[in-house]
Amino acid sequence: MSELHPTAGQTVGPFFGFALPYDGAADLVPAGSPGARRLSGVVRDGAGDPVPDALLELTVTAVGGERLWGRAATDAEGRYAFTVPEPDGAFLGLTVFARGLLNRLFTRVYLPGAGDAFLAGLAEDRRPTLVARAVEEGYAFDVHLQGDDETVFLTYPRHLR
Amino acid sequence: MTGPTELTQDDVTAEIAEIAAGRTGSETQPRLDYPPYRSSLLRHPTKAPVQVDPEGLELWAPVFGERGLDPSEADLTVQHDGEAVGERMVVTGRVLDGDGRPVREQLVEVWQANAAGRYRHERDQHPAPLDPHFTGAGRCLTDADGTYRFTTIKPGPYPWRNHRNAWRPAHIHFSLFGTEFTQRMVTQMYFPGDPLFPLDPIYQSVVDPAAQARLVATYDHDVTEPEWCTGYRWDIVLTGPHATLMEASDE
Repeated sequence: MSELHPTAGQTVGPFFGFALPYDGAADLVPAGSPGARRLSGVVRDGAGDPVPDALLELTVTAVGGERLWGRAATDAEGRYAFTVPEPDGAFLGLTVFARGLLNRLFTRVYLPGAGDAFLAGLAEDRRPTLVARAVEEGYAFDVHLQGDDETVFLTYPRHLR
Repeated sequence: MTGPTELTQDDVTAEIAEIAAGRTGSETQPRLDYPPYRSSLLRHPTKAPVQVDPEGLELWAPVFGERGLDPSEADLTVQHDGEAVGERMVVTGRVLDGDGRPVREQLVEVWQANAAGRYRHERDQHPAPLDPHFTGAGRCLTDADGTYRFTTIKPGPYPWRNHRNAWRPAHIHFSLFGTEFTQRMVTQMYFPGDPLFPLDPIYQSVVDPAAQARLVATYDHDVTEPEWCTGYRWDIVLTGPHATLMEASDE
């Protein structure tokens, strides 16, 4: 069958806050449950300024194989936070939406010390943009939409421009 | 440098025309680097995305069906005690993947301004009335045929501060998951014949006219209901899946 034309993406806009976030959406597992950690960070633009109207979605495979999903909006300082289980596998899947961003972006969050052939294949100076830092309560991972530390974003084989 | 408040619609329209004139070939997606939309200047990646074959969790998308949604969530006009103001309408269509397969039992989320062009959002300062009987957010699941259906109020156009006298065409935001992480998308559905199309940097960021046209719903008199509401149809195509579907083995 011939491939249909995919519908174009559009920005999530500034006013998703009353529609998409919901209570508990950022907790993939209950806070305080065994093995639960915080994954938190800041979304920044090309000037290094925080992005207060971004929405992140996270996909994780937990130890044991259960696949979990969560959603978090950034606050006025561009900060987000998820509660995540102990993951199985090297990375977590992250989708980024924001006002000013005309289509969603996909990326991966690699855990400290984890790696795979994809990460190893990236230019050395860009690899750190996909690697979370270990912090006291869990992991820290900042998203840079642009700039010297621009996060590596992904495209998949059937994505057409 | 011209500040955003000094930038006129004519300036922005000229930028839009120049970019459109430079287009070569077809494009299905918006330009991420689209200067007429000023908020994109510091928020678009400057490096090409890295292509990767999806693996593991990327071949999976969340399934919301088992949680069950209240049918009233698909009717944005009955979420309050009183009647929402404006043109009542039904918006329906099918969600398909890139191979034309219906995307079944999938969550579709919508959000929009009210009939006066105002969002129920603390940061929307457009001095148009809030409708106490309209929130503007809804959800439903696609059925076995991939069909979604919402009852809502036609949203109004509204001003935004991209440049002087900037107005957005009326639109409804759609959020779709698909069956894989890689299919996730958020987009906007527009209404046919809107005079604001040529002026709007967000709509025009999809520079290919054929791809622009796919964002516009069709008025459908068979969806319109007598003495009740108008009807629009809009189909959505996600990218093709990578995972082998059960159906594929049956073919």
